Amino acid sequence: MNPVSTWDRFVETFFNAKVMAKYLPDILSGVVVTIELAVLIVVTGLAAGLALALVRALGIRPINWLIVFVVDLFRSLPPLVIIVLIYFGLPAIELTPSGFVSTWLSLGFVLMAFSEEIFWAGITSIHRGQWEASRSTGLSYGQTLLAVILPQALRLTIPPLTNRTIAITKGTALGSVVAVTEILGQASSAMSNSYNPSPLMLGAAAYIVLFLPVVVAARWIETRFAWKR
Amino acid sequence: MIETFLNPQIIEQIWPIVLAGLGNTILLSLIVVPLGFLGGLMLAVLATVHHPAVRWPLMAWVDFFRAFPPLVLLVLLFAGLPFAGLELGGFACVAIAFFLNTGAYYGEILRAGIDSVPVGQVEAARSTGLGRLQAMTYIVLPQAVRNVLPDLMSNTLEVVKLTSLGSVVAVPELLFQARQAQSVTYSPTPIVLAAIIYFLLLWPLVRLLSRLENRALKR
Repeated sequence: MNPVSTWDRFVETFFNAKVMAKYLPDILSGVVVTIELAVLIVVTGLAAGLALALVRALGIRPINWLIVFVVDLFRSLPPLVIIVLIYFGLPAIELTPSGFVSTWLSLGFVLMAFSEEIFWAGITSIHRGQWEASRSTGLSYGQTLLAVILPQALRLTIPPLTNRTIAITKGTALGSVVAVTEILGQASSAMSNSYNPSPLMLGAAAYIVLFLPVVVAARWIETRFAWKR
Repeated sequence: MIETFLNPQIIEQIWPIVLAGLGNTILLSLIVVPLGFLGGLMLAVLATVHHPAVRWPLMAWVDFFRAFPPLVLLVLLFAGLPFAGLELGGFACVAIAFFLNTGAYYGEILRAGIDSVPVGQVEAARSTGLGRLQAMTYIVLPQAVRNVLPDLMSNTLEVVKLTSLGSVVAVPELLFQARQAQSVTYSPTPIVLAAIIYFLLLWPLVRLLSRLENRALKR
């Protein structure tokens, strides 16, 4: 076989311009859904994680045990299992969350668990003397936590937090399993409609365009805010 | 509630199916964890070559797989490659995807580990007559692995959890089996059971990691 024709056939199959042009709007609408989902997960997950870490800092024993258990639970369960559980399990008690909501809740809980651990580690790593000094100047417990400890702790948590957040946000692709019309979902259905893998290549490219800048930025942040011991 | 989510009769009925899934999840993990570790080791050792012609492609490779969702990689291999006349089957696709994806993560961790070993260690090893590779194998790597052990374990936990993606390409691991059982029984019980099994399987590791992380901070 002529190598040029093999190459042509490869391009024709995997990078078919006609198919790509036809399904580009679908993929783009998938990009929008992926971004919506990612933003919701990051905002709610990090906020919930920080809230849990602050509650944990109050040091109420039974509540802390509960927090540790919830964190452990969402660190042990695979995200896809949680998504499937919410999407297929809740309808049994008359709750029918959409695929979008199931994915959002699941990954939000997972990010909450991981970020709580990281925020908590940051808070506990601040030297005792900082607490004692600010309490002795007359600041209350809450003021000390929010105005003295947290600003220092947050700086420490940035590098591990960015890595974890990216890894969990990439999980939005799991939504395709429960019929969320995000990038992978759109690309897969376009592929089965067109009998051609070009939409999948387009989807793959969309992920790279979306996430590669974030990864590169994270690398920069990592060196900028590296843990100093 | 119990009737719906943990029905004893259904558990009895589907137990063998779910148990087979657990066996396959363990088997799959025993294959993909060493595979990913091996991939990472290769990347990390390559990264010790500080030549730009090696460094930049390597960094691009690692960043690419950090940006690319593993499920997309898996679907690309499983549903895309057959168009090029290459049908690999779910299991082989999972193995390749994990080698590439988790290899990049293991590689980053091991690279940090190797960087944490003082240069003097290599110089001392080389001056006693050890070769470059010998110094790496016997002197640097053991210390490097020990220095980043919590990170390696944390990544391994993620890899084991990630084997649940196999369910998307019909690998009969725990989640896949549970979903099969669910579609037969029309009950969420099998999924809940699978979740409990995952939790019991991985909780000890999560606890251990939590302790290691806390200890590292108290130092």
